[in-house]
Amino acid sequence: MSQMHQVAPGSPRPTCPGCAEPLESGDLFCGACGYELSAAPAQQDEHPTVAIGPGGVPPAPADTPVEWPQAREVDSSDVPAPVHLPSDLAGTDSGGAELPAAARPSSSDASAAAMPGTEHSVPPVPDAPPVADVPGVPGVPGVPGVPPMPEVPPAPAPVQPVQPVPPAQPPQPAQAPSGPAVAGNGLDDFDEPSTPSRPTPDPRTATPTPTPPAGLKLCVACRAGRVDRDGYCERCGHAQPRERDHMEQELDAVAAASDRGLRHHRNEDAFAVSATALPDGSPAVVAVVCDGVSSATRPDEASVAAARAANESLLAALPREVHPQQAMHDAIIAASEAVNSLAAQGGPATPHDPQQNAPACTIVASVVAGGLLVVGWVGDSRAYWVPADRSVPAARLTEDDSWAAQMVAAGLMNEAEAYADERAHAITGWLGADAYELEPHTASFKPDRPGVVVVCTDGLWNYAEGVEEMAAAVPFDATQRPLHSAQVLVGHALDGGGHDNVTVAVLPFPVASQGAGSA
Amino acid sequence: MANFAKPKGPQFAVEVYSNEHLPEGGREVNAIVTVTSTGGGTTGGGTTGGLAPATASTDSGGPDAGGPDAGGPDAAVAIMVDCSGSMDYPPTKMRGARDATAAAIDALRDGVRFAVIAGTHVAKEIYPGDGRLAVADDRTRAAARHALRRLAAGGGTAIGTWLRLADRLLNSADAPEAAVRHGILLTDGRNEHEAPEELQAALDSCAGRYTCDARGVGTDWEVKEVTGIASALLGSADIVADPAGLAADFTHLMETAMGKEIADVALRLWTPLGAEIKYVKQVAPTVEDLTGRRTPVGPRAGDYPTGSWGDESRDYHVCVEVPDAGIGQEMLAARVSLVIDRGDGTVQNLSHGLVRAVWTDDLAASTAINPQVAHYTGQAELAQVIQQGLDARKSGDTDGATAKLGRAVQLAAGSGNADTARLLAKVVDVVDAATGTVRLKAKVEDADEMTLETRSTKTVRVTHAKNVQHAQDT
Repeated sequence: MSQMHQVAPGSPRPTCPGCAEPLESGDLFCGACGYELSAAPAQQDEHPTVAIGPGGVPPAPADTPVEWPQAREVDSSDVPAPVHLPSDLAGTDSGGAELPAAARPSSSDASAAAMPGTEHSVPPVPDAPPVADVPGVPGVPGVPGVPPMPEVPPAPAPVQPVQPVPPAQPPQPAQAPSGPAVAGNGLDDFDEPSTPSRPTPDPRTATPTPTPPAGLKLCVACRAGRVDRDGYCERCGHAQPRERDHMEQELDAVAAASDRGLRHHRNEDAFAVSATALPDGSPAVVAVVCDGVSSATRPDEASVAAARAANESLLAALPREVHPQQAMHDAIIAASEAVNSLAAQGGPATPHDPQQNAPACTIVASVVAGGLLVVGWVGDSRAYWVPADRSVPAARLTEDDSWAAQMVAAGLMNEAEAYADERAHAITGWLGADAYELEPHTASFKPDRPGVVVVCTDGLWNYAEGVEEMAAAVPFDATQRPLHSAQVLVGHALDGGGHDNVTVAVLPFPVASQGAGSA
Repeated sequence: MANFAKPKGPQFAVEVYSNEHLPEGGREVNAIVTVTSTGGGTTGGGTTGGLAPATASTDSGGPDAGGPDAGGPDAAVAIMVDCSGSMDYPPTKMRGARDATAAAIDALRDGVRFAVIAGTHVAKEIYPGDGRLAVADDRTRAAARHALRRLAAGGGTAIGTWLRLADRLLNSADAPEAAVRHGILLTDGRNEHEAPEELQAALDSCAGRYTCDARGVGTDWEVKEVTGIASALLGSADIVADPAGLAADFTHLMETAMGKEIADVALRLWTPLGAEIKYVKQVAPTVEDLTGRRTPVGPRAGDYPTGSWGDESRDYHVCVEVPDAGIGQEMLAARVSLVIDRGDGTVQNLSHGLVRAVWTDDLAASTAINPQVAHYTGQAELAQVIQQGLDARKSGDTDGATAKLGRAVQLAAGSGNADTARLLAKVVDVVDAATGTVRLKAKVEDADEMTLETRSTKTVRVTHAKNVQHAQDT
């Protein structure tokens, strides 16, 4: 569940080992000196809503250069893959039109300041969209393949006054998952701070199987009462698990899992996974993850509508020789329209809550097809690239549409200032009728080695925000067992506190050989 | 005793507005339950949903009771007229009572069973007599009007005897099993010729067997007696200070009674194990505490009487204390149903709504007070402080009276309860309504004070403007 406003983290930010500039965890480069941070040890204050307190400065990133995977010289159809500068790719924007350069006056400055280092030839090299109509954003250097934040200067954050969230149960930093859900995986070695054991065990980590639908005879809470037609126990009144509380889906080449978490009463995340084939018969695999904006109405419906629409759009476009990146752009537009139409339909009139917001959600999607890895997103849900060979660094493929990210990208604030603000985690982009302007971001990559794409909501990355942390949380056999990996990652978030709904999809790259190639 | 009467019985809709979001450790759930009954001929309840709407509607679908007239439900009505000696002082009271009774008789629908009782220190049947009920038609109405000439002042006042006679008549074999049973009682003085315990015993024995409106004419009657009768018998209470106004009032009362379509509807509350109902109040159109009137039915459920219903809407405030549950948990704090007894030990569920409790660490959600809950909490306090203020005034506690009535002025003004504000202004001089600054009037008409006391429980419904204002807080 995304929130358009959250409490600012009061915690000190990590600093760049090169120039002591404060950093945002997950950054690839220092915003001031351009120091490469990707290989730095994982930071430990990854959760944005908790104040760890003074003295909790995470270890500084180590002085290790990034080893990026090299792009292959030819694509799957043996066509030479032209290498493009990052500025050739960046993101696509709403409407498919190029942004006028004037619309981002300080973009080069800001983006360069925020994430210079384009001189490092850093794979994954963005793959050129072979279709001409994939809009690119001109002249914006940035992390290769990752479009820079588009809006400069940022509009006033579309947030409401922030209500402080009580730190009733401080989220824990990454912690070794426990319980059957993660038993036997090879996660013992990932970078974990020592933390006090959780006082409240999560019952659901012990039952990773999908929650049975409501309507069972006995209440899961008191084990004595029957369940009424409304889904409550007739004895103790407790709400019974609902279908969306825990969802899993597995295809040959992709899997996803979603969980309500421990602190929310319903799951407002949604996902869709599917497989199809490109015109040449090679497999194409799709994963879409959406996070309903909880400060809007019917966020659960929004996320389902968006995930479904994006998935259907991709399934329709990919077999028709639409370039995957263009298909991704179109899919986000389709998802946006689906969410917008929810507002038009209206729900039950609620005259007592005039401050209603239109249904809204984030979206992040990934397509693995034809040797390409395409991601697209709006909001603060993320995609990560985690190579199977763990000696090779992982990478974050998306850049949040969040207030803090925008402020930093615009050069208006440094990260310490931006993330100290209570609006830091307000999202600045979302799908929904009240979105200012839809800015679908898409990017293509051409990984040179196997790995997995982790597509997730902030319910997961809050507990593995840094790239290294995320990579450490992903089981080593993720390419072979995507569902198990998704379950492990959900368990990771639940063990960390499960403050939000958790949804994660795992796509192996390249598409598994036994996969849905002919599907 | 049964139940629905109309071929196409009314439809009930239940809407729940609640403070469903609780902070960690929070246990009290407050909900306003709006029950709307609409005639069998119309569909839907005009329900608009709400912040936390749990709306359901069920056609009560009763069998055709076969009334002899133009489609109204079976009904039996008894009119009780005070004929104590004081009714002749001034004589306009007796005249007014006679005219009013005649007007009420004229308002009887054809086919309705009815009787007229003269009340003194004993109860006497005026029409039709012999322990029977008449069936309304042109002939019986004329005969009844003629019989009213025998209404003459003389004797004492023992209201309990009137109520018991009305009970016998309304529940006699003449009244159809499914009839809506209703009484209209008029008095002008204190219940001086029986012990208060006897009146209470009569009320206890009549409660649930028929409903009764009570009216006080003049200013020599006891407000708490009249409101007590109406409260026990789920009817309305009011003052008619000027006997000339009686006829119009009785006509209105009878029309309202004729509009009742279904009797003996109960508000059934189910609560989960470990939960406790702190109170159940009707809060609109008047404040009526029902907490003590619970009849247990089965495990963790109880019925609260609501009387008979026509096309109308009432609001109830339900306050439940639930066992604590952790953040992210959700439970059903109460299930609210409208039920009627089928007469064979089973009940028919007319409609139901759910009161949920959701524990959240979102302070914005858990601290937001539902506008409906806030509004009616204020209206209940308004009724209470008026009563306390008038009691203090009677006992000579000027400071206490000023403070309480000042608060009442503030609440009435703030909630848009214009009628009550107007009545208050006849008892106190309002210096500043917003702050509740008032001065007691030196001279207050008895009628004004009694009107305020009798009508102190009248509430107004939440206004839209208030909603908007509230939402800005979140």
